[in-house]
Amino acid sequence: MTPLVLVAEDAFTAPGPSIFDFPPLYEGAPYWLTKPVIFAVVGALLVSALAWSAFANPKLVPRGMQNIGEMGYQFVRDQVARPFLGKDAERWMPLLLSLFFLILLWNFFGVIPLIQIPIASHIAFPIVFAATIYILKIYLGIKHQGFGGYFKNMMFPPGLPKAIYVLLAPIEFLSNLIIAPFTHAVRLFANMFAGHLILAFFSAVGFWFLFEKLTPLGSGLGVVGVVMTIAMTGFEMFIQFLQAFLFTLLAAMYIGGSLHADH
Amino acid sequence: MISAANTLAAEANSPLMPHVYELVVGSFAFLVVFLVVGKILTPRIQKTLAERTEVIEGGIKKAEDAQAEAQRTLEQYRAQLAEARQEAARLREEAREQGAQIKAELRDEAQAEARRIIETAHAQIEADRQQALTQLRGEIGRLSTELASRIVGESLEDEARQRRVVDRFLEELEARPEAVR
Repeated sequence: MTPLVLVAEDAFTAPGPSIFDFPPLYEGAPYWLTKPVIFAVVGALLVSALAWSAFANPKLVPRGMQNIGEMGYQFVRDQVARPFLGKDAERWMPLLLSLFFLILLWNFFGVIPLIQIPIASHIAFPIVFAATIYILKIYLGIKHQGFGGYFKNMMFPPGLPKAIYVLLAPIEFLSNLIIAPFTHAVRLFANMFAGHLILAFFSAVGFWFLFEKLTPLGSGLGVVGVVMTIAMTGFEMFIQFLQAFLFTLLAAMYIGGSLHADH
Repeated sequence: MISAANTLAAEANSPLMPHVYELVVGSFAFLVVFLVVGKILTPRIQKTLAERTEVIEGGIKKAEDAQAEAQRTLEQYRAQLAEARQEAARLREEAREQGAQIKAELRDEAQAEARRIIETAHAQIEADRQQALTQLRGEIGRLSTELASRIVGESLEDEARQRRVVDRFLEELEARPEAVR
């Protein structure tokens, strides 16, 4: 099969990282006016509009959009905020809910026809969220535990043999202040990036072998590509939801850890 | 030159290198969402959810109160019913006693009346007997005299003697009880 692909002069080429590069929208447009930028803004406005239709004038007996919005609210409150923030959950819901809704919609853009770009597959966007949470985490930690207390609680958790601290303190420092924000952003980015690449690959296979170069031998492969595209789209939607949830959950965990040392 | 430019471009397009303009746009987007969803809308839905909880809890409390009230009323009603039954039983007993008393009184009265009537009748009968006796005595005297004078054929001239004879005769008559009774 591979030779078949490679021998032809206009051979099938699997989509690579270049599919994430977008030129300016039109000739002569400013260099920053690209598809992801447009849809990042559209996504933000859409989230605001949807949330507005759900929560602008909430009723005691919910109807329509409010039901959906409340499902989202209660999901974030019960699954994310309360387990990690306890009685402070309500206070941090504005941040967590905004995070969750925006990331979720931006992720869903990856499978919405015609848009088909998960915004978080451009690492700048996850970095914005992760950096916000990172700054907030350090600020809250110092505010609630004191400057010395924050670093002491982080690097020298009590109740361990003295010698362990030689090893533990640098690891904790590195993991909390360097690695955690990095993985926080990269986890979301990489999932969206890889997912989009997989979808692009299977749909390219389907398109190439069923439309561009329809051959008796290749058509089977094309069908496999189409079927896999559909299956992976479903799987991708699950991942998109999961990553939005996970990112928000980690944010709540970091905030909770800064508010209370013994977490 | 060209290869250097390509390398630069490739580096700029590395998926791990953020574009500055996307950082700016991302921050702006997040800020907008945070202000609208977080700062404006989340407090509203939180308030509504809290109110709903309150209303539901209030409803539950109200229902509990109503139930307690109903229970109280039921107990009151039952107590009243029991009291009424007791009262009724008491009244029935009283009535029965009274009835019995009245019956006894009536019987006594009737017996007294009967006795009275019997006594009166006895007295009447005695009086009648006496009267009859007296009348009879006169009649018998006259008849006897008449009879005697007829038999003897002579008129007893002396009234006094005649009366004595009659009286003697009657006393003899009375001495025999079966003659009058």
